[in-house]
Amino acid sequence: MSILVDEKTKVLVQGITGRDGSFHAKSMLEYGTDLVGGVTPGKGGQKVSDSMVFDSMAEAKSKTNANCSVIYVPAKFASAAIKEAASAGIELIVCITEGIPVIEMIENYHYIKQKGLRLIGPNCPGLISPDKSKVGIMPGSIHKPGEIGVISRSGTLTYEVVYNLTVNNMGQSTCIGIGGDQIVGTGYIELLTMFEADSQTKAIVLIGEIGGQEEERAADFIKNNIKKPVVAFISGQSAPQGKRMGHAGAIISGGKGTAQAKIKALQSAGVAVSMSPDQIPKILKDLLN
Amino acid sequence: MKLYEYQAMELFRDYGINTPETVLIESPQEAFNTAKNFKTKVVIKAQVLTGGRGKAGGIKVADSPLAAQEKYEEISKLKIKTFPVEKILLAKAVDIAKEYYLGITIDRANKAIVLMISASGGVDIEEVASQTPDKIFKLSINPLKGLEQKALEGVVSSVFEERSQVVQVVKILNKMYKLFIENDCSLVEINPFCLTKSGDCLALDGKVIFDDNALFKHPDKEELSNPEEYSSDEIKARESGLSFVSLDGDIGCIVNGAGLAMATLDIIKLFGGDPANFLDVGGSSNPNKVLKALEIILSNKKVKAILINIFGGITRCDDIAKGIIIASEQIEIKVPLVIRLIGTNDTQGRKLLKDKGFEVYEAMSEAVKKVVAVG
Repeated sequence: MSILVDEKTKVLVQGITGRDGSFHAKSMLEYGTDLVGGVTPGKGGQKVSDSMVFDSMAEAKSKTNANCSVIYVPAKFASAAIKEAASAGIELIVCITEGIPVIEMIENYHYIKQKGLRLIGPNCPGLISPDKSKVGIMPGSIHKPGEIGVISRSGTLTYEVVYNLTVNNMGQSTCIGIGGDQIVGTGYIELLTMFEADSQTKAIVLIGEIGGQEEERAADFIKNNIKKPVVAFISGQSAPQGKRMGHAGAIISGGKGTAQAKIKALQSAGVAVSMSPDQIPKILKDLLN
Repeated sequence: MKLYEYQAMELFRDYGINTPETVLIESPQEAFNTAKNFKTKVVIKAQVLTGGRGKAGGIKVADSPLAAQEKYEEISKLKIKTFPVEKILLAKAVDIAKEYYLGITIDRANKAIVLMISASGGVDIEEVASQTPDKIFKLSINPLKGLEQKALEGVVSSVFEERSQVVQVVKILNKMYKLFIENDCSLVEINPFCLTKSGDCLALDGKVIFDDNALFKHPDKEELSNPEEYSSDEIKARESGLSFVSLDGDIGCIVNGAGLAMATLDIIKLFGGDPANFLDVGGSSNPNKVLKALEIILSNKKVKAILINIFGGITRCDDIAKGIIIASEQIEIKVPLVIRLIGTNDTQGRKLLKDKGFEVYEAMSEAVKKVVAVG
């Protein structure tokens, strides 16, 4: 098993004719993802990397029976793309786009929730179940199938952690980038619950960063609900107050959301916190033995 | 994007929220004349894009035109946190009966907009929130449903007693919410909001922050932007499409991805170094971005060494290598440069750099140790 995506995931690419969309459609196909087509309004009938392009999500969904979509459209059009995917009833919507206005994201979040669907992101690298399905922009080659579940707010930092796991012969069940924005579709707690229930996953790596209180809430949840070992890494210990560190959600405001507070909360919940990404495999090994 | 108080006050007035009469003044003489025209006590207020100006002596009351002139001169010499006082607002003083807090912001945890009211106005609301959270009354708003009037009246009634006050404050909060939504704000705050002895409701101070992600929807906001919100390096970086934050140390950093960039700073500190900046070159492989990044970092004379840490995903290591080579040919890099390349096309990238005599690392911790040693 793995969570959220596997061999049965049928993926549509929204914005497939764009520069990013076409590049990553090709890369996902090469990885072995079951990419069943794409959507760009007005470009229906074209082909990108042998994938059929449709004019609308409704049409694409009815013709391909896709259950997942991945969005690469620019921020201006991303909310419309998310809503279109949700209206078409796509069960898992993954939004890579960075820079969506926060009020729009709150609306998107509630819209998707009403429909009983799931959103990953936005402003995220997507997710991958190694050797089964890659839905996003991560380099497939650094992953390997295995027993570690990875949840992260970051992109390249996740690659750093995954790379360290793979070279230490620790494969991954599923790796999910939940996104660096203030409002994201799926948070730590839901994913921790899925990993706890997943038979393939034996341990979980949680990669957090400054801003918000999600890591603190995850710590509370882990204490009472998660029996599998969890190792965390939190970035931004040297970040100044009040400055946005690249990600829209990575900001310490009013003294809240510091790395130190998150590390403390996780440690007091019994989570092992690594001080550097390359120490994570060793800590995991100790916990698993 | 943060607004100054005087800009927030103008926006409040556009939405029908009353404020005291104010004038932005530019000289001691103007302070004297304006106070004379007002024929009342006046308040002289430093305009800075940071909190805590009252404690720093940035707000003073004057009871005569001459006093207004003197206070203006005192305040104009101040530096509040890192901000020199360059703009000063003069406001008519009012007879305050009671002060309150009114605010609307984003509630990350509940994925909602949250409206907050408190009778503890005029003080640091974050302190109230941490010490006496029960003094803040909140209403969670789903923007798909809008501001529900019954719930709003309920929460306003828990702070204001008289019916006439409740009616007035409900109206003002509706105007604030309209302002918040129409301008894509991440914060609209009136602190203090006051009832005067004659029964009027006035916004005595205002804080407005626009959501940077939504600025593309509001091209008219450009003229309200205040470059002094950022350091000159931060502005240069932004113009080149780089995400940059100035820090106090002496090791310059160029990293791809915000999370990895933050982690790189932390690990530099872990090994005893002190980073000079946060810099995310982003996901593109444009060699020109590396050149711009190096130029900005080298303009900081404190920098003693530079670390380039790249984990290639979309970013291709050979493109980064080309950028470094172009930069080293175009600008003189007098400080040691430590490079770590891994991921997409790293073999090609490392070879390009090694052929030019650069040392290139694979492991992040090795590269960090090296840059701390040479810096």
